[in-house]
Amino acid sequence: MHAPVPIPHRAHTTRLSSLARRTSVVALLAASFALVACGSSSSASSGASAPGVSSPSAPATPVPSSFAPTTVTLITHDSFALTKSLLSDFTAKTGITIRLISQGDAGEVVNKAALTAGNPEGDVLFGVDNTLLSRALTAGVFDPYVSPNAATVPGALTAATQDAVTPVDYGDVCINLDDAWFTKNHVAKPVTLDDLARPAYKDLLVVENAATSSPGLAFLLATVARYGETGYSDYWKALRANGVKVVNGWTEAYEDTFSAGGKGNRPIVVSYASSPPAEIVYAADPKPTKPSTSVMTDGCFRQVEYAGVLRGTNHLSAARAVVDWLLSPAVQADVPLSMFVDPAVPGTPLPKVFTQFAAVPTAPLSLDPAVIDAKRSDWVDTWDQVTLR
Amino acid sequence: MSSTPEARTTDTSSSSHGLDVAAITVSLGGRPVLDSLSLTVAPDEAVALLGPSGVGKSTLLRVIAGLVTPDAGVVTWDGIDLADIPAHRRSIGLVFQDAVLFPHRDVAGNVGYGLDVIGVPEAERRSEIERLLDLVDLGGLGERAVDTLSGGQAQRVALARALGARPRLLLLDEPFGALDRDLRERLGAEVRDLLRALGVPAVHVTHDAAEAALVADRVLELVPSERGARLEG
Amino acid sequence: MQPPAARWFAWLPVVFVGVFFALPLTTVLSRGFSARGVDLLTSAATWRILGFTTLQAVLSTVLTVAVGLPAAYAVQRLDFRGRRLVLALLTVPFVLPTVVVGASFRALLPESWDGTLAAILVAHVFFNLAVVVRVVGGFWAHLDNRYEQAARTLGAGPITVWRTVTWPLLRPAVLAAAALVFLFTFTSFGVVLVLGGPTTTTLEVEIYRRTVQLFDLPGAAMLCVLQMAAVVVVLIVATRLQRRLTVRQRLSRSGVALRPVRSTTDRVLLGITLVETVLVALPLLALARASVRVGDGWGLDWWRALAVDGPTTRDVAAWASVRVSVSYAVATVLIAVVVGGSAACAIAYARRGADALDSALTLPLGTSAVTVGFGLLITFAVPPFDLRSSWIIVPIGHALVAIPLVVRTVLPVLRSMDPRLREVAATLGASVGHTWRTVDLPVLSRAMGVGAGFAAAVSLGEFGATSFLARADAPTLPVQIGRLLARPGEVNSGQAAALSVVLVVVTALAVVITERLRAPGSASL
Repeated sequence: MHAPVPIPHRAHTTRLSSLARRTSVVALLAASFALVACGSSSSASSGASAPGVSSPSAPATPVPSSFAPTTVTLITHDSFALTKSLLSDFTAKTGITIRLISQGDAGEVVNKAALTAGNPEGDVLFGVDNTLLSRALTAGVFDPYVSPNAATVPGALTAATQDAVTPVDYGDVCINLDDAWFTKNHVAKPVTLDDLARPAYKDLLVVENAATSSPGLAFLLATVARYGETGYSDYWKALRANGVKVVNGWTEAYEDTFSAGGKGNRPIVVSYASSPPAEIVYAADPKPTKPSTSVMTDGCFRQVEYAGVLRGTNHLSAARAVVDWLLSPAVQADVPLSMFVDPAVPGTPLPKVFTQFAAVPTAPLSLDPAVIDAKRSDWVDTWDQVTLR
Repeated sequence: MSSTPEARTTDTSSSSHGLDVAAITVSLGGRPVLDSLSLTVAPDEAVALLGPSGVGKSTLLRVIAGLVTPDAGVVTWDGIDLADIPAHRRSIGLVFQDAVLFPHRDVAGNVGYGLDVIGVPEAERRSEIERLLDLVDLGGLGERAVDTLSGGQAQRVALARALGARPRLLLLDEPFGALDRDLRERLGAEVRDLLRALGVPAVHVTHDAAEAALVADRVLELVPSERGARLEG
Repeated sequence: MQPPAARWFAWLPVVFVGVFFALPLTTVLSRGFSARGVDLLTSAATWRILGFTTLQAVLSTVLTVAVGLPAAYAVQRLDFRGRRLVLALLTVPFVLPTVVVGASFRALLPESWDGTLAAILVAHVFFNLAVVVRVVGGFWAHLDNRYEQAARTLGAGPITVWRTVTWPLLRPAVLAAAALVFLFTFTSFGVVLVLGGPTTTTLEVEIYRRTVQLFDLPGAAMLCVLQMAAVVVVLIVATRLQRRLTVRQRLSRSGVALRPVRSTTDRVLLGITLVETVLVALPLLALARASVRVGDGWGLDWWRALAVDGPTTRDVAAWASVRVSVSYAVATVLIAVVVGGSAACAIAYARRGADALDSALTLPLGTSAVTVGFGLLITFAVPPFDLRSSWIIVPIGHALVAIPLVVRTVLPVLRSMDPRLREVAATLGASVGHTWRTVDLPVLSRAMGVGAGFAAAVSLGEFGATSFLARADAPTLPVQIGRLLARPGEVNSGQAAALSVVLVVVTALAVVITERLRAPGSASL
């Protein structure tokens, strides 16, 4: 495709017939296809078929506490954060330097890991959550290891891990409410999922696209867990009739459409249980004393994040030490304010802004990761059909 | 462009018919180009403007054609001020140096351009184009692409094109500049005769004194000065 | 005197694009030829998405050209105060990442437009206006204006002059610009994801969804094949049409002199252009405003926060991001200039197959970034070719997109070079190689300035493909902005706005500098 140019008269010996020209482009493509059609790298094919090695979950030998200087690469997603001094303390104590690679959202990270299973880009993976876990396990991403520091973690969080990974933190995807709006308009706040379908709340709800957004998917899964596989589509039909607005991502939903987030006019949004305290922490000075939003504790979906050692790593012991470190008291105490999630290890002291303002869902909903992996595509397609078409 | 004093108009023949250029002053990009120039062209004569390269001859033609607005001065035809009449309604033709034929049209397309603008019906258009091509001795070359023409042929097509628009005055900007001596003389004489036969008054611009004498009834000289060119004549 | 044989120059770009684009691409695509993939190809949903993708691309292209033509004329033909600033302002959006602009657009557009086709179209015009202004405008600046003058003396009024003279001569440039805009909008990802809604999906978004969310590689690969097929068809059609429409004419080498604004037409076109400039500036101004808005008042808190290294691993001082972005940009420029320059020479000197080479090298522009990223990941995984964690893989990805732009810039200059210059050199005793070094290369280098500017700008703003590839210790500017936006609270959105302004200023600088380096006679982009 050319920029227009006058070929000053010299011309144009490139007199290909149109057929020949078309053929040459196609030939170029065909040649490239032929080049690699069969020779895909081994990692890709092995990734799809090899299951996790089934060996005992706890290592027979304890992990040494100090090492010759080593670098362990920790692969994680864009939302990962920890106080920097924690990493330097760890290095001082053990000689292991942690190198961080952040690669997009959790889905991207897990997919990359699945594609490179057995020949990983790093040593430890943090950030696979329960909606993605099964996919990672099937692809044989991990070298099974459960940290002994997770001994006290409640069974609800360790279920379905197949003893291959260790839960590090959890959070809940919940409906968030703009308290100021409800007060101003003298409307009672919704309390249950059923309420959201009632006419009193018409045109007030914004949710994220379950196909492209993690909280969006989590909310969809919550409705599947609550209403069952036969009932959730009716629920969504009702929501649609009640004027639910669907946007593509969390930023668009929370920052642009949610009335408390800034510019929108809808007071009900799907976000996290930790969003209200985050509002305080990230507000401009002077910080408000209490959040302007609250959480509807019914209908929350629990998301658990896990860390695991990548199969094929060259630094097995050091990698295990890093997983242990993630479960250490110092790191567990840090995760609330760094990542706005709850620590998996019970008894970890929580910051005041969390204890005061983070709502604790009494009975968060969840589903078996294996079932999620098997059915989510169909659920999303149905949801798409019902809600958007 | 040297320095000499004041403006003077020395062309005293005036009339209320034909072209009357009065005290035209033009500056381009801050530089004075024409300094209070005046001249007239009767409806039946051919005038030559002689002067060295760069003195402002083309600018004067552009002013007359309406492509450049003068800073001062008046151009009238038959007593009517042309200031408010845009170039495309003045009926003043211009044959450019190096022809400037439309590259996206063939010879016939170029020659017939003026006819297309008016919307002459097809049959009449075709015969008119042939007539014009015959006039300039290029009969039958209508289908040629313009980049296959020689210099002399291109100039003739340009002339035919300008004539096709039935101008009441024809301006020629060094039209034979790129041609060799013999061709220049031959073409010059042909053009002079043709225009006389058609009764179209003309202003020729050239730097060649012999050519000026050949094509025109009167020769005026443009002399460079500090304040722009002026006429002597 | 013949120029050097094309094959001396062709091997480098062919190898580069072959290894880093064709190879990874076919790795991924080979998975598409499965039952699952073919199923997807025949589903109604796929054709619906293809239809919408085409529709929005066509509409975007038509609108952008319509909006861009008056501006192209005003900025490249008229002389008025602030011309350079207007040109820079109209060009800057092209290089901005959508993540930066998405939020301000949503704030500026009426809410009923949220997630609709209209919002996408407006954003596309905003981002692609620069292509029309530069490609068409650049060509227009060199169009001999005596054709129009001749037409006027033959009795043609302004509209007739446009219809019968200017437009036919300008058409090839418009077609070139339109083809580029179509490519960009057809494969547009960020705009559709951020400003579109769930019902306005395009092929690219769907490929992303299938690859990343559903892990359906066969399905994604099949869609990628579909997308590439569409792109190839468009490229072929555009090339042939352009060949037919190109009018061999004398382009004024140093550009026609700008003329002062006198006629009514000129005034109207200038007025339209100024209105468009203001509209384009609005989202940028909204960003600047958001960066100094603190609570209900004003302040520089967010700017100060940028300079400070925060406590967590996510809080990176802005300068670290600037450093990373700039170093990637420099590497990208070096690769793109060398490979792109070679490609331009190969295409210019080729006696046969120039079109095929040109189209093949333009393909990366029309290919899903997601697919290329994953392809690179899978292909270069085995030592000694394990490039996955090497920082060079990011500039390589950027260069793939920048190379076609460099070629677009340099090729016209090379082609319009007077071949007699080479003949003169030969008669003075210079060999083929020596002639190339002393005659062609200087011409090439001057034109390269603009190409380098675009390569730098593309690299600075890139957000999509590189999110799959390894990162340095600090994220690039666009990625850091995206991270800030993904968290609630004014501390984050304020800093995101401030950092966005930094990004805009850095890219604007790149654009303004290269405008000054523009070679006389470089007629496009």
